[in-house]
Amino acid sequence: MNTVETLGEILRRRGVSRRGFMKYCATTASLMALPPAMAETIAARLEKASRPSVIWLSFQECTGCTESMTRSHTPTLEGLILETVSLDYHHTLQAASGEGAEQAREQAMTANAGKYLLVVDGSIPMGDPGYSTIAGMSNVDMLLDAAKNAAAVIAVGSCAAFGGIPKAAPNPTGAVAVSSLVKDKPVINVPGCPPIPVVITGVLAHFLTFGGLPELDHLGRPRVFYGESIHDRCYRRPFYDRGLFAETFDDEGARKGWCLFKLGCKGPVTYNACATTKWNQGTSFPIQSGHGCIGCSEPDFWDLGGFYQALSMPTQKLGKVAGAAIAGGTIAGIAMAAHNRSMKASAKQSHERVSTDELEKGE
Amino acid sequence: MNATAMDLLIWARGTGFSLALAIALFGLTLRVFEILSLGRKHDFAPAREDSPGSGLRTVFSRSLPLPGMAQKSPITYFGGYVFHVGLLLVIVFFVPHIEAIRAVIGLSWPGLPTAVIDMVSVATLLALVAVLFDRRRNKVKRMLSGFGDYFAWGITFLPMVTGYLAFHHLVLDYTLMLAIHILSVELLLIALPFTKLTHVVTLFLARWYNGDWFGRRGIAS
Amino acid sequence: MSANLQRGYNALKEVLDAPIASYFSSCVHCGLCAEACMFYTESGNPKYTPIHKLEPLRRVWFQEATLAGKLMRLVGLAKPVTDELLAEWSPLVYDSCSLCGRCSMVCPVGNDIAYMVRKLREGMAASGNAPEGLVGASKRTVAIGSPMGVKWPAVQAQIRHVQKDTGLTVPVDQAGVEYLVLMSSMEIMNYPEYLAALTRIFHKAGASWTLASDAFEATNSGIQIGASDIAREIVMRIVNAAERLQVGTVVSPECGHAFTAIRWEGPNLAGRTFGFKVKHILEVLDELRRSGRLRTKGNKSIPMTYHDPCQIARRGGVVDQPRTLLQMVASDVKEMDEHGAMNWCCGGGGGVSANERAEPLKLKAFARKKAQIEQTGVKTLVTACANCRITLEEGLEHYGMNITVLGLTELIAESLDDETTSADGGAA
Ligand code: SF4
Ligand code: SF4
Ligand code: SF4
Repeated sequence: MNTVETLGEILRRRGVSRRGFMKYCATTASLMALPPAMAETIAARLEKASRPSVIWLSFQECTGCTESMTRSHTPTLEGLILETVSLDYHHTLQAASGEGAEQAREQAMTANAGKYLLVVDGSIPMGDPGYSTIAGMSNVDMLLDAAKNAAAVIAVGSCAAFGGIPKAAPNPTGAVAVSSLVKDKPVINVPGCPPIPVVITGVLAHFLTFGGLPELDHLGRPRVFYGESIHDRCYRRPFYDRGLFAETFDDEGARKGWCLFKLGCKGPVTYNACATTKWNQGTSFPIQSGHGCIGCSEPDFWDLGGFYQALSMPTQKLGKVAGAAIAGGTIAGIAMAAHNRSMKASAKQSHERVSTDELEKGE
Repeated sequence: MNATAMDLLIWARGTGFSLALAIALFGLTLRVFEILSLGRKHDFAPAREDSPGSGLRTVFSRSLPLPGMAQKSPITYFGGYVFHVGLLLVIVFFVPHIEAIRAVIGLSWPGLPTAVIDMVSVATLLALVAVLFDRRRNKVKRMLSGFGDYFAWGITFLPMVTGYLAFHHLVLDYTLMLAIHILSVELLLIALPFTKLTHVVTLFLARWYNGDWFGRRGIAS
Repeated sequence: MSANLQRGYNALKEVLDAPIASYFSSCVHCGLCAEACMFYTESGNPKYTPIHKLEPLRRVWFQEATLAGKLMRLVGLAKPVTDELLAEWSPLVYDSCSLCGRCSMVCPVGNDIAYMVRKLREGMAASGNAPEGLVGASKRTVAIGSPMGVKWPAVQAQIRHVQKDTGLTVPVDQAGVEYLVLMSSMEIMNYPEYLAALTRIFHKAGASWTLASDAFEATNSGIQIGASDIAREIVMRIVNAAERLQVGTVVSPECGHAFTAIRWEGPNLAGRTFGFKVKHILEVLDELRRSGRLRTKGNKSIPMTYHDPCQIARRGGVVDQPRTLLQMVASDVKEMDEHGAMNWCCGGGGGVSANERAEPLKLKAFARKKAQIEQTGVKTLVTACANCRITLEEGLEHYGMNITVLGLTELIAESLDDETTSADGGAA
């Protein structure tokens, strides 16, 4: 593993122009909400950064996160930044397979002990290790083994960050997030199902540029990307405020681009960069395409009720509950009614005629 | 990972809400049985014919103050009206609430713009504070008030204030505030049948009995 | 539990009903009922807040008729009902409530507080917590026949007096007549004008009527003290007489609670609807007026105002009749600011005036009426209840006010048109 060549050298060797490189740095700076002047700093730092080793572990996942990252077109340098790291292990992307692949991982871990970056996608089954193994090794063992000497751990995607779909009720595999297993290392959560490509690369860039961890929110997400809710940044927000809602996906309101709250949009409780960064080279994002946000970057979003159920709606079926409660109330009510009636009847029975003698306390 | 705001929200919207609704419905049904089972003796005294009063009339007419009464206790009346009407508007005409109601009873109606709801909420909160203040200041109310009264005030105020803060993304993260808001509503539902808040249901009975009694005697009460 | 308490507690369980349960379930402790009650407004003491007077009854309801209350009692959290509690509440239940029902008009959730005070008195009386004055009145009514100890000979003396003055006969124990006339002992003792007035009015109207020697007293201490057993015994004297004499209508005297006793509570105490009608004298007079059998002449021009007796107006539905009748004889009638169904009580109803212990509070409460009268600026106060009349006179004297109090029936009688006899000239 050659980790001596700096990023700048690699880029130049690959023929990336100074202009293209600066453009990437500027984009990254703005993404991270840094002043434009910081682009220079980023450029300078990246220039000097040496190519770190990255080990990418995939557990219970769907490869959507990797798919997302490979579709990072804008700027094309995003893709490049992957080449600027030494991706020493990644199921889907590496050429090696079988024994060779596992050897590469172990080699990288030893050679770069304490310096490599561990990226994880997918959740870890704790119910039965057999649910997901790689080369006969359980996910949890592999994770702990790889985390031991990692400089930092990045949990990419909601499965790795929060357990994701595998953890959705009733969580058959006992799936857990990376952060519930790795306690002695900083874990950066980059949730999303999948995360926005530029957000994944942006976090990597941050690590390369500043060497440390970005500022994280209470859920371990980098604030720069997850600091604001979709709802707060949504261009349909004025309609929400005015009380104009699409009722179906093809009604007048939907055509006019009214708010999708009633159609189940989870934007108000979802913190992500979709509404600002958008997807596919800034083309669009779900709400812009007419579908509510499903809250994919939030823990347990799969259990937020139906995608098409408004956020304020109770999520359980209430008919039976209500029926049972009223039935129960009726039974208890009838019991109390019987009690009250017999209480009244016995009071009537034990009525002692009040004559004028009883009016005085006597005795 | 510890329990997150989202977990709380999910619980509040799911199990929490079902539980609260169940307790409220159970309790209210029980209470109605308790009350009605005590019965009312048949009135052998012939009622006046052509009475201007009736039970039904009083159910409505009691919502208006008698002449002169509003001046005697302005905070009670004014504050009372503002917070009752305000609560009603906010509960029934804020679109997210309409959606919640739709999930329970299957009916919905158009809502009010959030700017209006926002103003009404502020007025309602202020009115609630004013009536609490008056409860401490007015000697009659102070004497009548016990834990139950302040508790009932608290669980009415809480959903209002958390809803307001959530909407404006104040103090706490929205998701957490929303969860707390929903939980506070659930507390209100649970307490409904077992505190003075039961009046939202029983006042119709009370007014009806009152109006009927007076009506039989020829008085519109 | 003492025997007294047991009896009282049992009586309170007996009176619980759906209205009471609805009322207690609905109270929001808004305190508005206090603003409606002159015992509070004039004293400023919050303990006279109407709903507060019902605490013992509320406890019984809560602990006996609600699941929550039963559970609370099980774990010892419910407030107990004790002899001491009832004794402590006696002055609140009797001295500071005239059963006027004004609070019942005001309570925003619709609580009929006066109704509940009346019910609570059942328990208070049964447990021996009624005030001495009312106990004495009840004893006299049961033993002698009237709360003031008036016996038939005293009535007879008055009859003789009236007959001499008017030259008319006062019929006694006549069967098959239209009206059986009742009186209150207050009228017999203090306002003999009432019987004379009636005699003349009925004569002019050509109406057939009678007094009953065994049922002349209309007042009912049993109602005021809250002992239905006693009230029933008293009311049945009238019912029996009316049925024995087969009269068409029993005429309640001006006295307000007497009207309540026979018109509204009577049938329920008897447990059946009567075969005769019960009307207040003002209702009868107004009917006679409408059918042209009651005519007056002349018009008094002195300014007057009318005090509505609570049991007749708010609790009895006789609001328009006194006004129409008063218009017949007076040209300058000024209404008080709040009148009719919203009148202010004189403070002496519901047994308060028969309860010496309540005297100072009653006079204090009268300040409300005083202010109302003063506001009209008139010097002549007309009313239609002997008990109100006494209370008013006492109050006016206490406050050194120079105001004349008149009974409406007498006022009508004074202006009877003597020239013409009744148009249809019904046989007397
Ligand atoms: S579409 Fe969703 S995110 Fe946008 S305003 Fe409506 S609720 Fe908020
Ligand atoms: S009935 Fe009259 S006297 Fe009694 S509490 Fe009510 S307002 Fe006061
Ligand atoms: S007015 Fe009614 S609700 Fe208010 S304190 Fe009195 S009884 Fe209770």
